[in-house]
This record gives sequence, structure tokens and C-alpha cells, in this order.
Amino acid sequence: MSIDKQQREGAEVLLMGNEAIARGALEAGVQVAAGYPGTPSSEIIETLSRFAEPGKLYVEWSANEKVAMEVAAAASFSGLRSMCVMKQNGVNVASDFLLHLTGSGTRGGMLLVTCDDPGALSSVNEGESRHFARLMEIPLLEPADFQEAKEMMPWAFTLSEEIRNIVMVRSVTRMSHASGNVVLGALPQPGGKGEFLCDGKISDPERGPVISAPVVEKHRLQQEKIRKAAAIFETSPFNAYTGPERPELLIITSSACRLYSDEAVSLLGAEGRVGILKLGTTWPIPPAYVKKHLTTTEKVLIVEEVLPFLEEQVKILAAEQAREIGIKTFYGKNDGTLPMTGELNPDLVAAAIGRILGIAPATFPAVYNEKLRSLAGVVPQREQTFCPGCPHRATYWSIREALQRDGRNGFVCGDIGCYAMAVLFQAAGFHTAKTLHAMGSGIGLASGFGKLGSFGMDQPVLAVCGDSTFYHAAIPALINAVHQNANVIFIVLDNSGTAMTGFQSHPGLAVNAMGEAVPMVDIAAICGSMGVKVVSGDPFALRQTRETLNRLMEERGGVKVLILKQSCALSPEKKGKKQYLVRVDEHLCRGDACGCNRLCTRIFRCPGLLWDREKGKARIDEVICAGCGVCAGICPAEAIRCEEAQVP
Amino acid sequence: MTKQLLVKDPYNIIITGVGGQGNVLASRVFSGMLVRTGYRVTIGETFGMSQRGGSVMSHIRVSAAKVWSPQIPKGRADLIVAIEPVEALRVLADYGNPAVKVLVNMRPIYPVGVITGEAEYPAPEKIREAVRSLSALSFFLDATDEAVKLGNPILGNIVMIGAVAGLGVLPVDQGVFETVIREGMPASRVEANLRAFAIGMAVVTK
Repeated sequence: MSIDKQQREGAEVLLMGNEAIARGALEAGVQVAAGYPGTPSSEIIETLSRFAEPGKLYVEWSANEKVAMEVAAAASFSGLRSMCVMKQNGVNVASDFLLHLTGSGTRGGMLLVTCDDPGALSSVNEGESRHFARLMEIPLLEPADFQEAKEMMPWAFTLSEEIRNIVMVRSVTRMSHASGNVVLGALPQPGGKGEFLCDGKISDPERGPVISAPVVEKHRLQQEKIRKAAAIFETSPFNAYTGPERPELLIITSSACRLYSDEAVSLLGAEGRVGILKLGTTWPIPPAYVKKHLTTTEKVLIVEEVLPFLEEQVKILAAEQAREIGIKTFYGKNDGTLPMTGELNPDLVAAAIGRILGIAPATFPAVYNEKLRSLAGVVPQREQTFCPGCPHRATYWSIREALQRDGRNGFVCGDIGCYAMAVLFQAAGFHTAKTLHAMGSGIGLASGFGKLGSFGMDQPVLAVCGDSTFYHAAIPALINAVHQNANVIFIVLDNSGTAMTGFQSHPGLAVNAMGEAVPMVDIAAICGSMGVKVVSGDPFALRQTRETLNRLMEERGGVKVLILKQSCALSPEKKGKKQYLVRVDEHLCRGDACGCNRLCTRIFRCPGLLWDREKGKARIDEVICAGCGVCAGICPAEAIRCEEAQVP
Repeated sequence: MTKQLLVKDPYNIIITGVGGQGNVLASRVFSGMLVRTGYRVTIGETFGMSQRGGSVMSHIRVSAAKVWSPQIPKGRADLIVAIEPVEALRVLADYGNPAVKVLVNMRPIYPVGVITGEAEYPAPEKIREAVRSLSALSFFLDATDEAVKLGNPILGNIVMIGAVAGLGVLPVDQGVFETVIREGMPASRVEANLRAFAIGMAVVTK
């Protein structure tokens, strides 16, 4: 069902797009891979780590994406094939190094694999990493199915070695997290020795120091490399046309949008009228190849996610070649034929083609449509929330209680991780968390808010941050807050892993992605070394946490750190194991008459707590309840009872 | 590896449920069976944040010929497998059509809005009625209850896979299920999975 070491060349298996990318890297003989977890990219490094072996393949979860790229670049400079992997906004983090790396060039083949998230299915941005390829002047490849995701990797490594620069491979959620058949290729013998040759002159690309200076000369060389890539792209096996010789409408597309385009044409039965030009090499587009196809038609629809990246390139090419290819009518994002935001799907593409060609979509009998409409209002919304047993629910509960008692309209600056749900779904965080931006921005913003006292601001400023996020980007902002004496309570939500993306290792843990025992970098010690007050606690101890928070709010002035440690409910050591058997004592539950206004099921909102309408009392759903016992601490009637669960 | 022609190509299945019910595992086990039988399968999945108590959907496209889009077009599901009852209705609203077949596990997982009293959860009979009126064929199972009897509620999704096999619309049987399960799971869990599969199969074939 997924890739493992037993699978042999020629086997046809079901692989997730990310697994196919990892398999392709393995077949290319990748020797060093580094990344930072982020949906939808995480399974690539995870898969590679299962194949890691000293001297053969080194894999690491780096502290952040910029470090991951630097780690991979060091391997490239030493003549090894390497890659760094991240989600779209990770490229922003790495981009400062990337700008310089593209100037210095690389030696061993080096890839930047980025997985974008059109529609922000698991992101708080819809960033388009493709623009970095243009901005940084490096080649960009986009696979359009699962087999291709694998095949593209060895090809990309070869390209990188040919032009001696980093090559970007971009996937999207619907490729990375979709699965399909993949025929496996051979795994090569372990690759060569790593050595950084650096005794040559600055102008020597083989043995000189690796830097981006002299800048203008290196920049000129870089542009030569991109022209060379464009020439190679003219005959790339990843560009293909299907359809009639002279289509009425030419679709130019890439990535998952190619599959949507195929399906849309098939839905409309328009195979005889529409041609599809699928590009796997999307920056720079191969000019002669695209020009050849532009000459076959007058109408061109560009189908892509998210911004009009291909569209702009194709239009520039068409303008440059207008004398030869004639005037075209373009459809795409700029004219509103397709939406400029959100992800696409076969229906949106079919509707666009239908409008251009005047094809009406098939419809159901009116009576069926009528029945479908009757469903409206019947199906309740399913709001996302913290899992049963999640330490974050307990933490935000204590924050809510503490802020209410304090009474000065305090607020929490949120950050990236599951705990961001407190901002996205205000009820989940009990309406306490009010900002959410990039990783580490919670404490950065808090550092700013915490300096507004002189403007009359008297609201307590709290920032939260998970353990992995702490190492990723919170430390410089925390140093800033300490140095500027900002009035901030910084709460580290330490759940012992990169929980949201699947428990990848981070610098606070004792084992790395290679499975090696490594030094743990202690959060409390880092904070303590900055000379600020550090308090540790257990988020499940509600009363204690609330009292600590209120005490810290009263002690004004400077940064105070509260580290709340409790493993994620889904962590391997906790999942499926209940600490307590929880039940509601019906005699003690006062129901609607209590006066608490159903604190348990209306405010606390753990999915494991139900409201029995017939009895008018709370009850526990044993299938859902994780047995954390936290709800026992919120019931004013003490009707929620916990009993130590027997360890099976 | 005898590959029969499908009743429809691509055959479109949606497995739906709530994060944590084992939706992704169910879609992978089921698709693994079809790939082993020689078909091209595309699964479209959304996970990440949707795991945290939200609705989840796996789109499975089965074809003898080619790779299809990881998103099924609206109104084009051939079979909906709902591990949670209102999720069946949610998916029908978008992907239903007069020919669709629907299998529903009747164990509800109440949305937080229902628990708080802000929203209503439709009565089981109302759900059955709506599913029947919007589909060509439907079965309602107590898959979670059966799974709890087997010792683990998560086996509910395997009961549902057994029911799909029992429908006979796709060339999958107990034999190929057993092969896939034996490969993908620890030996200690194989027996319970096989029993769960058989229970589901019996519901639709009796």
C-alpha cells in the first residue's frame, strides 16, 4: 500500500504523490534530504527517512526550511545529490538563502521540492511558490500524475547537474495527497564520496569557493543557465499534446489541472474540439514548443492554480510572436473565465470550456434536483475542533478563565500548529486567540503589542507557540521581546512533537529522523538563558494553570515564559490509551437547572461530551472520549467523575 | 490478475466520514485491493486540518484504462460509502445522482454544533428516508456496533469495505482483501479484520 524496501523494479503499486516523489529521488540516488514538516509536503521526507542508512542516504528534519536548504546545499557543494522539501510558505522562509544559492550555483544535483496548497486546505495562506522560480531565475518542473512525479525526479537531478544550479519541483495538495498506480524503477547502488573541493580560484566552478560574487558576473552566468534549461525543455518528455491537429480550443495546463482538464473535456464529450497541451516544464516555458502549438488554434484557455503564472508567460510569448502566429483570444484567470483564488476542479474547468464553446452541461431530472435541494438545512455543519484529550483545549480553557478574571480584555497572539484552530474557529479557543500569521509571528506580534503601554494599552498580551514552532522561528522574536522589555506572557504549548503534521522529530526530542540518539535542546534552558522568568506546568492541571497565568499578568513588566507540557492525544504513546474512565454521575448533574448554562457541552465543547436531550443531562461518548479527565475540572457540580483506567 | 471490464469506467466511489474514523486507511486498503487486481486507481484525499473532527472524503476512481482526476465531478458518484450517517447526506448533496448506490454506517458522531444545541442532528429515520429517495440502492449498517463487539470501533470501516465487496459492483472479494490485509497489518490484527469484512459482506448479500 505504500513503498517499502521489499518492492522490486517493475512492481506496480499504489503510491501517494509524495511517496512517488520520494521513490523518484531514491531511484535517482539522492544522498542527502532535508526538510521541515508542513502539509501537504511531509510524507516525502518521512518516506525517505524509512530508507535512510549511514553513508547511503542522510535524512533530517531541520529546524526550519532555510536550514534545510542550507543542509542540502552543503551536500551539493560536496558533490552529492541532495534535495530540500517544504510546503509553499516554507519557500518564503528559505528564500533569502535561495537568492544567494542561485547566484553561487550548485555542484551535485540539487532540488527544491515544494508542495503548494491551492485553496488552503491545510494552510493559512494560498502562497504560490512557482513565482519564486521566476524571481530566483531557476528552472521549474510540475508533475501531472503519479508516475510522472516519480519519473521527473531523476530527470530533474540530471538537469540540475547540467546547468549547475538548483531546480525546483512543485507539487500541489491534489497531487501530493492523492494516490495512483506507479510502476517502480531500479534503485541504484550507493553513490559517491562527499568532498568539498575548495582550494581553487573564486572563478573556478569545480574547485573554487562557492559564493554569489562577483555578483553581476555570477548573475549573468545564472541567466545563461536558465537559457540552457529552456533549450533542454524544448524536447522534455514531460511536455505533451493530446487532441485534434487543429483544435477549436487549446488548453495549456500543468500539474493536477491537467487531470481536471482531461476530465472536463471528457464530461463535455468535446474530445474532437479541444486539445490539451500539458506542460511539465513551466518556467521558463519552452518557447518554440509552445509557439508551435499556438499556431494550431485561435482560442487558448490556460488552466492552472492559483495565480496566472503560465498565462502571463504564454501571453508574453504570443505577443512576441504575434507577427508569425497571428492574434489569439486568451481565456484564463485575467479575464475571469476561471477564478483567481481557490483550487480548481473538473466542474470549474468544464464550465469554463462549456462557456467558451457553447456546450451546455448535462443535468438531472427536475424531480431529483428538487430532492437534492430539500437536503439544504438538514445536514448540520461539522466544525473542526480540538481532538478529544487535546492539551490545547485545556490550555485555552485556562487562558479564558484567567483573562476573564483579569478583566482587562487581554488576548492571545496565535501561531502555526493545531493550536491555530483557536483563531480559525473562535469557539474552539474560547474566543481568546486573535491573530494568526506566519510561523513564529505570534511572539513577534506580541513583542510589538507588548510595547504599546506608553500609548495607553493596558490589555494583557499573551502569545502561544508549539514546541516545533519554537525552534523554527520563535527564538529571534522572543530575544527581541526580552531585549526590548516588552510586556508579554509567552506560553509554549509543548506536546512533544510536530503533532499537526504527524509527529516528526524536532530539536527538542532525543531521536532524529535517522533514528539516532541526539542531544535534546531544552526550551526552558533557552528561555532561562535569556534571563527571563520561566514557569513550567501541566495544562491538564486547570486550576494551577489559571492561577499561574493570573499571577504572571499581575507581575507587569517584561517577558514571562510559561511552558505547558503534555503530549498530544494522538501521539503514539497516548493514542488509544485512556488514562481515566470518565462518566457523568446523573444524580450530581443538575442539567439545565444547574445555572452553569451547560458549561461542559456548550462552552467546553469536547466532542466526547454529549448532551442527552431526553434526560436533560450531560453524558460521555465512550467511543470518542480519550480519557484525559480534564472535563472533571470544569463541572461546577463535580458530576463528571474519573476513575483510573486499568492498563490493558 | 484477471482484469474484468468494469460496469462503468471510471467507477467513482466516495468514502466519507469524520476525521479519526479511519477514512484514509479504508480508502487505501480498498484501493490496494483494486490495484492488485490490475486496475488503475486514483484516490483523492484531503487531510491535514480536516482530521481534527471535520468531515473527510476520499474520492476513488477505478479504471481499466487511465488515471482520472483526484476530484470526482459533482453529481458523478457511483457509490457512496458513509462511515457516519449525516456525511452520507452531505456527500449526496454534492455528488448524488439517480443511479448512485449508498452504504451508510448508522453510528452518528455529533458535530460540536449539535452538542451545543446550535444545530439539529436529523433523526435516523429521516436520514434513511433521504438516502433512499436520492439513491438507486441503499444499505444501512450498524458497522460501529459490530466493530465494538469485535473489540475496536475503528474496524467499522472494514465492515463497510466488506459491504462494498458484497455489493458485487467491483471485482473485489475476500481473497484479495485477505492478501492486502496480511501485507499491510500486523498478524495479530488480521483475524479481527477478516471477521469485520465478513460481517459487512453478509449484510448486503443476505
